[in-house]
Amino acid sequence: MREFLTGNYAAAYGVKLSRVEVVSAYPITPQTSVIEKISEFVEKGELKAKLIRVESEHSAMAAVIGAAFSGARAYTATSAQGLLYMYEMIWWAAGSRVPIVAGIVTRAIAPPWSIWTDHSDFMTLRDAGWAMLFASSAQEVLDMTIQAFKLAEELMLPVAVGWDAFITSHTAEPVEVPPQEQVDYFLGEKKKSPVAVDFENPFAHGALAFPKDYPKFREDIHRTLKAAGEVYSNIERRYCEATGHECYGLVEEVFCEDADAVMFIMGAAAGDAIHAAGELRRKGLHVGVARIRSIRPFPRKEVEKIARRASKVIVFDRSYSLGFGGVLATEVRSVLHEEGVDTPVISVTGGLGGSDLPPEYFEKIFLKGLGV
Amino acid sequence: MINEFSREEYLLKGNAACAGCGPALALRYVLKALGSRTVLVIPASCSSIIAGAYPKSALKVPVYHIAFAASAATASGLVEGLEAQGIEANVVVWAGDGGTVDIGLQGLSGAAERNHNITYICYDNEAYMNTGIQRSGATPYGAWTTTTPLGNKGRKKDLPFIMAAHNIPYVATASPAFPKDLVNKVAKAQKIRGFKYIHILAPCPTGWRYDPRLTVKIARLAVMTGFWPLLEIEHGRLRLNSPSVNLLDPARRRPLKEYLELQGRYRHLSEEDLKVLQRQIDEQWARIKAMLEVQEELEDQVEQGQGERQH
Repeated sequence: MREFLTGNYAAAYGVKLSRVEVVSAYPITPQTSVIEKISEFVEKGELKAKLIRVESEHSAMAAVIGAAFSGARAYTATSAQGLLYMYEMIWWAAGSRVPIVAGIVTRAIAPPWSIWTDHSDFMTLRDAGWAMLFASSAQEVLDMTIQAFKLAEELMLPVAVGWDAFITSHTAEPVEVPPQEQVDYFLGEKKKSPVAVDFENPFAHGALAFPKDYPKFREDIHRTLKAAGEVYSNIERRYCEATGHECYGLVEEVFCEDADAVMFIMGAAAGDAIHAAGELRRKGLHVGVARIRSIRPFPRKEVEKIARRASKVIVFDRSYSLGFGGVLATEVRSVLHEEGVDTPVISVTGGLGGSDLPPEYFEKIFLKGLGV
Repeated sequence: MINEFSREEYLLKGNAACAGCGPALALRYVLKALGSRTVLVIPASCSSIIAGAYPKSALKVPVYHIAFAASAATASGLVEGLEAQGIEANVVVWAGDGGTVDIGLQGLSGAAERNHNITYICYDNEAYMNTGIQRSGATPYGAWTTTTPLGNKGRKKDLPFIMAAHNIPYVATASPAFPKDLVNKVAKAQKIRGFKYIHILAPCPTGWRYDPRLTVKIARLAVMTGFWPLLEIEHGRLRLNSPSVNLLDPARRRPLKEYLELQGRYRHLSEEDLKVLQRQIDEQWARIKAMLEVQEELEDQVEQGQGERQH
């Protein structure tokens, strides 16, 4: 069924189709319409979920963790300050191995106040033990949200699905909404969580671990997440088989095959970068765009393969590790160094606080990268 | 009314509580009242340690340890998730005073206002004992702690009445020195649907600086001196419980000094400090008395009003 949906509404449809049992959230622009739409679904009886309208994001994350402890499928969504406010519980979620899903409608971090997009908030999840997917269209928000529940339950780890404030969150696009039976078939039976409450065999969860025990908990998350690339790829493939929707992999490659300069980029601005690449191709310049869809697991193999073919790699970041540089660029460089790929890497950071990224901007970056 | 306690032990031997631990004593009674179909949510507190280190557990019920400020919200999600799946259980928060009156208060207030079907129990040992006796919002006036080496200048936050102002169906205070009262309150709370709040004053020999064998005596003196009134607020209706019900008359209260002099944390207290603390206790009782009177008056008015309408 084709619907005209914003990215936020698409997320709400994804939640409904995934038959989520508990939703808890606190309002923050630009996340609000995700939860508003879910509230509508719940109150109309279209989604049989408990909606917990908490008094803060810290509590929102705590509540979905608690819901997961009960064995229920749980969802929350937030942005910027909200994500930072729940940050303690973000780490608790991963450490607890709860299969929850969080929508992150990316918004710049204050001060100064901004409600517009950049990826600084999303990137704070990087070291916390979450799987991190990023969509660039309303369709992808819907598809990824459903896939995220499957991924979370496969990994027994929380999954974040990011999308850009306003550009994706509030822009309506035609979205193919899969029929419930297809999603039911794809998700299958909810996997029993090993951390769910068990009155017959009671256990303590999260108890003090001495130095001899603590490391194995972290190492297990690290190993699971590092190996999750194949898990996600398989999930995405199965989803696309079930629904007939397009499959992208961890990195969507556009014009990368024969490109001299390839730009790695994440999120909605990839569309403008692809537009710019098309323009330059018409002028005979071989440039391509590699849209990163997953930060954790990091697409090591894909990045290596793409960079090896190119003579120049440009990494576009919509966030800073302040005082160091672009986060994605750092990760790409690290992978290339480890894999012995010596393609030069140019790091560009832009689009902070919603500053505009027109195709001409990307054309300039490509030209600079090509040394033209 | 429960007159015989369950013989089942849910707080097991070999747990890591200090000798004479008031909270451990209270927890033992609480779990006897709750039974096996109970899931505990424990924020950072002494009980994070008492409950045992991985991979063991000193408790015979499921336990979820959680971040300091997160217990009430975690329990909210837990109970709603269980209900969504049609699973019946007692969802119980077991939190210290710091996790309740300070860092956890926002989450607690939210959960209470939403009226989830949770029993939230605060075991109050009047300071951050697990981190080494730092002052909390529940530390009484004059008490020594490591962060109030000259005695606390603040006044103990009155959380039971703050919770009552949330119009939740049940609020109670309790003491491990009155186990029958405590067990009956927990059992009553279990039967009431909605948010229940029970506040237990639980003496701590380590932090209060007294001989561990005196825990029950000190807990009893806290009640008998009028420092800690035993009461219930059920659906908004305040009621004093025995023996506090007899202490509305100041003459029947034991001298406060008897309670204070057993505890090293009050050793430095001057006569002036003692007067301040006594005045706070007198004010507390005057308020309770006034509330009971107003309550009775209002009830009479409502009754008369109903009578008039019937005529």
